[in-house]
Amino acid sequence: MDFAFNEEQQMLLDTTRRFIAGRYSFEQRNQVLGSADGWSREVWAQLADLGLLAINIPEEQGGIGAGPLGTMLVGNAIGEGLLLEPFWSSAVVATHAIVTLASAAQRAALLPALASGESIAVLAHDEAGTRFDAMNVQASAVASGDSWVLSGRKSAVYHAPAANLILVSAIVDGELAVFAVPADTAGIQLQAFTTVDGQAAANVVFDKVILGADARLGGDAHDTLPAVLDYGLAALCAEAFGAMDRILAATIAYSCARVQFGAPIGSFQALQHRMADMFMHLEQARSMSYLAASQCLNPDAQARGRALSAAKVLMGQAARFIGQQSVQLHGGMGMTDELDVSHYFKRLLAFELRCGSSDQHLENYRSGLRAA
Amino acid sequence: MDLDFNQEEQAFRDEVRQFLARELPADIRERMSRDDASQIKQDIVRWQKILHAKGWGAPGWPLEFGGTGWSKTRQYLFENECAMADAPAQLAFGIKMVAPVIMRYGSAEQQQRFLPRILAAEDWWCQGYSETGSGSDLASLKMKAVRDGDEYVLSGHKVWNTLGQFADWIFCLVRTDPEAKPQKGISFLLVDMKSPGISVRPTRLLDGTFEVNEIRFDEVRVPVANRIGEENQGWTYAKFLLGHERTNIAGIGASRRELLRLKQDAAAVLKEGRSLLQDPVFGNKVAQVEIELTALEITNMRVIFAEAAKQAPGPEASMLKIRGTEIAQRISELQVELLGADALRFEHGHDASRATAAYLNLRKLSIFGGSNEIQRNIIAHMILGL
Repeated sequence: MDFAFNEEQQMLLDTTRRFIAGRYSFEQRNQVLGSADGWSREVWAQLADLGLLAINIPEEQGGIGAGPLGTMLVGNAIGEGLLLEPFWSSAVVATHAIVTLASAAQRAALLPALASGESIAVLAHDEAGTRFDAMNVQASAVASGDSWVLSGRKSAVYHAPAANLILVSAIVDGELAVFAVPADTAGIQLQAFTTVDGQAAANVVFDKVILGADARLGGDAHDTLPAVLDYGLAALCAEAFGAMDRILAATIAYSCARVQFGAPIGSFQALQHRMADMFMHLEQARSMSYLAASQCLNPDAQARGRALSAAKVLMGQAARFIGQQSVQLHGGMGMTDELDVSHYFKRLLAFELRCGSSDQHLENYRSGLRAA
Repeated sequence: MDLDFNQEEQAFRDEVRQFLARELPADIRERMSRDDASQIKQDIVRWQKILHAKGWGAPGWPLEFGGTGWSKTRQYLFENECAMADAPAQLAFGIKMVAPVIMRYGSAEQQQRFLPRILAAEDWWCQGYSETGSGSDLASLKMKAVRDGDEYVLSGHKVWNTLGQFADWIFCLVRTDPEAKPQKGISFLLVDMKSPGISVRPTRLLDGTFEVNEIRFDEVRVPVANRIGEENQGWTYAKFLLGHERTNIAGIGASRRELLRLKQDAAAVLKEGRSLLQDPVFGNKVAQVEIELTALEITNMRVIFAEAAKQAPGPEASMLKIRGTEIAQRISELQVELLGADALRFEHGHDASRATAAYLNLRKLSIFGGSNEIQRNIIAHMILGL
């Protein structure tokens, strides 16, 4: 057992934190939030300059190859800073999907621009009405001569409006497949919206979209796509942890500063016990985030799935408790949008709703229970 | 970062498992699996002698006193494997509570006199801390120890004394200076249970057992030579214990054992054609507690890792105690839920009542050892800075 991070990992964390401290204060974030895009191209370029968009590209393919642990640490910082840019969508999920699914030629064509930030890709997988049943895909593609014809409706795709490349899961001849689709291809319609946590997303409609023969990434994705999703879930857990960590720290600080009845409210035992409970949730969440990062590349799909589901359950519950109690302990101030507390709270709400809810993952975990 | 035990640690764990399979007497294991405490003194003593013969009588002690030199990780693995194998828990009062105080603050003579006998299960120790008016507020204790020549004369009482009915010795916190501030007037005494004036009265608990006693001290004479360290410094020695030897406070091994039992029992009960383990309502509760136990296990390892690096335990033990006890209580609760109305017929000692008895008994977990409310105070003050 070893819980230390090596120098490279520590440097990734420090670098990202330093950047955020300098460029992504709450006020600076508010400006981005209020902008037309809802994310900053300038910040995106700076993340690229720092090499952070290449952390999920293996060294042999021109990246940094930081793997799940490096991604976790950067993710922590991203969550701490509540970044609005497509880091998770593009630099983690879509990049990892291409690295694991695409052919060598496709990777050579797509990865460099993702690393440099010139290209932004997203994975459009979830569909409406599936109640988090991740493998219930209705979108489909049929071969038509040398081309594919893709139709389907994808739901709540984070940063789809920012993307020039959309990876889409679809059924082909009863088999799960993933296609890489340029966002400007005819027949694609985006219904863009802002998510509850202030990020740019869209429902994406593919109406008989014609794709080139080379658009398919790899073969049968029945085993590989769940692995990509688990990788993404681990990274999302890391962001959520960062947010939980900061919102609790903010709450503790607030309780020390806020004086009522002649004393800081943090001296009242009821609130001390509440914060002690929040702390315990945070520490168990930290442990499960470590588990998620350690297991998200496990080739044993069942073990991996159980570990990731366990992490999502526990972290989702921690996020809800820590988020709700943080708002509570800030009193009326927790209700405004002028403090960071409500922004963290909304990010944690979104976490609960993405990549499967706690309930669905608990179901999943339960179905794998063995009396052994 | 690596969440798995390394090869060496896994080999050690296997060695412990093999030792347990070979050396834990079947009759003891069988009684422990049914929570049968009818021979608890003999069972604990017999097991302690077997461990001592192996050199594992006190894994956490320094080598010079007969310990093993094991890392904290190995101690953790050892305790968990013993718990999972239904070995009797080693008697903590001697090995983990009074012995470290004697090692750290006792005289050479006290060390030579008492430590080997603890290790070899020749002396059974119990604890004299709580009083009727002093539970969480232990420093307010009132039992008097008045100096008379080279003896102290003790008068007062102690409560919640676990298994004192079997004890040869008791370590007590006593008031030697009633005028001083409470924490500054307490001494730490070692008292022979055969001393004239000591009477032991069992307390009947809600589960039907007599696990704890009230001990009355009626002008009991104790040699000053049995005092640990300095007069009126006893609180310091008692506090030392709080930060010491808490590797297994979360009780992971015992909870893993009980959770397995719960799953096996649930798997055998059918509801609407499915085992209760697969029932959405009950099965989800089992899944939930298993997930929480998994998280706690990792957190426990993180605390051990951090302590090994710092060479000192910290207040994180409070979190391990709270979560560990809540999980253990939750598992015991689910075991009773599983029994359903069959749990209504309660006869202590009956197999069918084991789960109910355990549930009743384990309510103590959140109360003793520093109540979970006190532990939350510790987290708030010592970790969160509130």
